[in-house]
Amino acid sequence: MKEPKQLSVSAIQNGTVIDHVPAKNLFKVIQILGLDHIDNQITFGTNLESKKLGRKAIIKISGLYFQDEDINRIALVAPDAKLNIIRDYEVVEKKVVEVPDVIVGIAKCMNPKCITNYEHVTTKFKVVSKKNVALKCHYCEKITNQENLHII
Amino acid sequence: MIMKNRSLVSIDDFTTKEILKILDLTEEFEKVPTQRLLEGKVVATLFFEPSTRTRLSFESAINRLGGKIIGFSDAANSSVSKGETLNDTIRTVNNYCDLIVMRHPIEGSARFASEIATVPIINAGDGANQHPSQTLLDLYSIRKTQGTLENLNIFMVGDLKYGRTVHSLMMAMSRWKATFNFISPEELKMPDEFKLYLENLGLKYYEHNDFTDIISKADIIYMTRVQKERFSDPIEYEKVKNVYVLKDSMLKNTKSNMRILHPLPRVNEIHQDVDRNPKAYYFEQALNGVYTRQAILCSLLGIK
Repeated sequence: MKEPKQLSVSAIQNGTVIDHVPAKNLFKVIQILGLDHIDNQITFGTNLESKKLGRKAIIKISGLYFQDEDINRIALVAPDAKLNIIRDYEVVEKKVVEVPDVIVGIAKCMNPKCITNYEHVTTKFKVVSKKNVALKCHYCEKITNQENLHII
Repeated sequence: MIMKNRSLVSIDDFTTKEILKILDLTEEFEKVPTQRLLEGKVVATLFFEPSTRTRLSFESAINRLGGKIIGFSDAANSSVSKGETLNDTIRTVNNYCDLIVMRHPIEGSARFASEIATVPIINAGDGANQHPSQTLLDLYSIRKTQGTLENLNIFMVGDLKYGRTVHSLMMAMSRWKATFNFISPEELKMPDEFKLYLENLGLKYYEHNDFTDIISKADIIYMTRVQKERFSDPIEYEKVKNVYVLKDSMLKNTKSNMRILHPLPRVNEIHQDVDRNPKAYYFEQALNGVYTRQAILCSLLGIK
């Protein structure tokens, strides 16, 4: 067994590490993945220094592995996130998130006149641009872009 | 190509082939308008905001087909005024009828309704979003007057920023390689997203700030109303309100096949002296609306 390095957030034996989360979106990631409703041991650190992001957050979840389609749900708020799959303290696989083609129930439509802002309707968007995220509402057909993106 | 039991929410829901099938069927109804094909059927017309023209046109279509109509013409006369959700209204009315025609001020309401109803929904306008039966009747009017939909020069005039009819028609006509000329005040120009749409398809468009001799090239002039409430500065409105008015004297050098369309109601943007000109087509266009809606109703009910 390897000796863990001195880490800001202690190592886990088995599970998933989500790194390079923008610090400001840490709790959105937790919410989207439903980490606030599970019994697994979770440790996280935030406002850690990052050359790329300025300030980043890291989340370590013991004993949990994600399906790709689940993890891609965080792409809107953590597009640069990297996942390390840990087994017995070793990184056995690395993954990056990808913006999915369809976003269901995560983002809010920016159009105040959209039905999703009036009635109990799950939002649904077609991703029309992945680079500078642009979402076309399935209902009102208006575009919500990165600047106006609000996570529900 | 099965249209039975499908809803018509957005013009993009239908393929080019399906659109042409509806136009062909419209032609049949123009020849024989009264056909009792909806005998025994009940159609609900739910107008959550007033719209005299669209509602009467649909109701005329249903009546000519021998169907029965239930519904309301104003949300104040419905359970909505008691606070009922659209979800509950649709689920309930769904039990009473074979098809729902709906106009609602909230955008996306028709798509939502089509997902909860088991009967077809025809979107008769959802806020500033879509109004596909208007687009189909515009297409029918264009094909009828020009003999084709291919390679036409379409002029759109007036409020090109907020006008949903011009956006839908522009996108629909792009299927047939049209060239577009947009005439509008600076404040009401065609939005960039639609121009980008044409650029991506490699279609040509030209923008103008006022009427010039350029209209001599038009096959279709599609007029819309410049509404005062669209202007943030009332002085800007005063400056442009008479610039986008079409008068009979301006039509001298226009092509013989050229026709003037307008979704109506008109205020002053087409001078009344144009009405006598054989190139004025807007009232016939409104009549075509009845035949087009007969065709849509029958297609979605799988009757034709």
